[in-house]
Amino acid sequence: MIEVDIQKRLYKSMVLIRYAEEAIGDYRRDGVIKTPCHLYIGQEAIAVGVCDVLKREDTVWGTHRSHGHYLAKGANLSQMMAEVFGRFTGCSKGRGGSMHLVSPKEGILGTVPIVAATIPIAVGAALAYSMKREARVSVPFFGDGSTEEGHFFESMNLAAIYKLPVVFVLENNLQASHMHLLERRTSDNLDRLGDFYNMPSERVDGNDVQAVRDCAEKAVSRARRGDGPSIIEARTFRWRGHVDWREDDDVGLLREDTLSMWKPAKCPIELLKRQMLARGVEQNFFDEADGEVLNNVKDAVEYAVTSPVPDDTQLLTHVFVNSER
Amino acid sequence: MKIMNMVNAINQAIDLKLEEDPDIVVFGEDVGVEGGVFRVTENLQKKHGARRVFDTPLAESAIVGSAVGMAVAGLKPVIEMQFSGFVYPAMNQIISHVARIRNRSRGRYGAPMVIRMPYGGGINALEHHSESMEALFAHTPGLKVVIPSTPGDAKGLLISAIESEDPIIFMEPKRLYRAIKQEVSEDKYSIPIGQAKVLSHGSDLTVVAYGALIREVQRAMVKAKDMGISVELIDLRTIYPIDKTTVIESIKKTGRLVVVTEGPGSFGVGAELITIANEEAFLHLEAPPKRVSGFDTIVPLPKGEHHYIISPDKILFEIEKTVKY
Repeated sequence: MIEVDIQKRLYKSMVLIRYAEEAIGDYRRDGVIKTPCHLYIGQEAIAVGVCDVLKREDTVWGTHRSHGHYLAKGANLSQMMAEVFGRFTGCSKGRGGSMHLVSPKEGILGTVPIVAATIPIAVGAALAYSMKREARVSVPFFGDGSTEEGHFFESMNLAAIYKLPVVFVLENNLQASHMHLLERRTSDNLDRLGDFYNMPSERVDGNDVQAVRDCAEKAVSRARRGDGPSIIEARTFRWRGHVDWREDDDVGLLREDTLSMWKPAKCPIELLKRQMLARGVEQNFFDEADGEVLNNVKDAVEYAVTSPVPDDTQLLTHVFVNSER
Repeated sequence: MKIMNMVNAINQAIDLKLEEDPDIVVFGEDVGVEGGVFRVTENLQKKHGARRVFDTPLAESAIVGSAVGMAVAGLKPVIEMQFSGFVYPAMNQIISHVARIRNRSRGRYGAPMVIRMPYGGGINALEHHSESMEALFAHTPGLKVVIPSTPGDAKGLLISAIESEDPIIFMEPKRLYRAIKQEVSEDKYSIPIGQAKVLSHGSDLTVVAYGALIREVQRAMVKAKDMGISVELIDLRTIYPIDKTTVIESIKKTGRLVVVTEGPGSFGVGAELITIANEEAFLHLEAPPKRVSGFDTIVPLPKGEHHYIISPDKILFEIEKTVKY
């Protein structure tokens, strides 16, 4: 079992994502946030477990559902909140919204809603690290739906033949938009995706942050040593709908039976908490951690709502290097 | 000075830049060992090594996508699409990322790269092997589109393209690859992107063209001269950003405009130029501006290509009609 200090760090990081996204869901429901938001609630252990073994200079690449990746990699909460609220102080200056989060210092170089589209970019970044002999690792996070896109296979192949420092993190939440895995594939065999490319692949319980972290540690060390890419299939479940705060009752999906198997029984935060309590961590720690995170989230929301929106001078900027700034 | 065709000139531009800048990498389908299907990158791998000039699988999306990651990580990719019509699988990457990453990062980083592709008809191949889709790229904010018409221009423009901090679509008129030879300086020199060139000064009518069609216009001009018509020929050289100033000045002088482009006419570069004429030089016009373009269809079979391709007689017909209007 990992050290208690690490567990505490993982716990706080997961709670941060949970509380931040619950707030985002509420403000979205109330119409204060105007942009569609894809929530990661229920899947926190994956981003947190993987990013905990990454270095600051390692890069992660995301999707439309990337608040968790951004926060787990250590990027700024207030700037993310401001971005989701469409403010000029946001991490993408109010131009990106929930789906285009950018924070170069922490290695968040692209979260994009086009399914699978950042996977080849992650591979290219790894190719650059390898050519420049930098010991950096590139980590694309993507959902099970991405494995039905062509980019994904092209990218797996490139990473394998050039032996690149990539850790492919497949977050299998069993849903692509609104379709279940078994409606889209003949079998539940995504743990075998590496076979074609002689790439190690491992299936892990994506709601068990310690298991994710252990698995990621192996894959990241392998990549950093120059031994090539790996793929992790982390099994999880998305608690909210494909987009926004609802649990998909809005689109008439019969999802309740499956959701009830995961929520709250397999909550990644509760699972870790039980493990920590069993080894003697006091309840006091959780109360304090929860309170601190909740205050940080409130401060971030306050920062967001009091920040200015982008003005019209921003419309034509940054199309090219010399566009009006 | 040395006698070169366009293949030699482009090869030399890439060679000089590879020598000068260690961050430049050249890759694509068959560009390494074989030197490209048109031999444009011949010997570059031998000279600069397989680390910097390399072959990839047949995976256009991953080629462009990984180039984005490499550019973000500080390298300068100069990549080849084997034919311009093979770029379609990579359009997602080009439009979603290559063109937008600077805007998305609000100027903090971009994806400067050169995507080279042979384009246009004249080699008796249909569809994807003969298409002129410069308007697609020119219509995508964030991309610059360059098309040379001579070996000397190809070298100077490509050097500028490689040195640019913006992504450049560099379209090479494959029909001219070995068709024209001229004296080209062996030194490194550059021609600015965004500047058209007046190839012949004239007083009766302005013809704007680019790429392979410059030669066809020049053939038409021989006959026009015999008819006593003085044509001012402008080689656009850069499609976007378009050199409005040169075009407007010329129209104000001649009062007449014919635009010659090979791609389908509707919504194309000709439409843009005629709009510029209407918006900026309307009161100087003495005849309706005219397009000579390809048809709104797929480039036909080898045996039918001559029905599509623009002949000097077709250009001459419109020149005469416009002058006599």
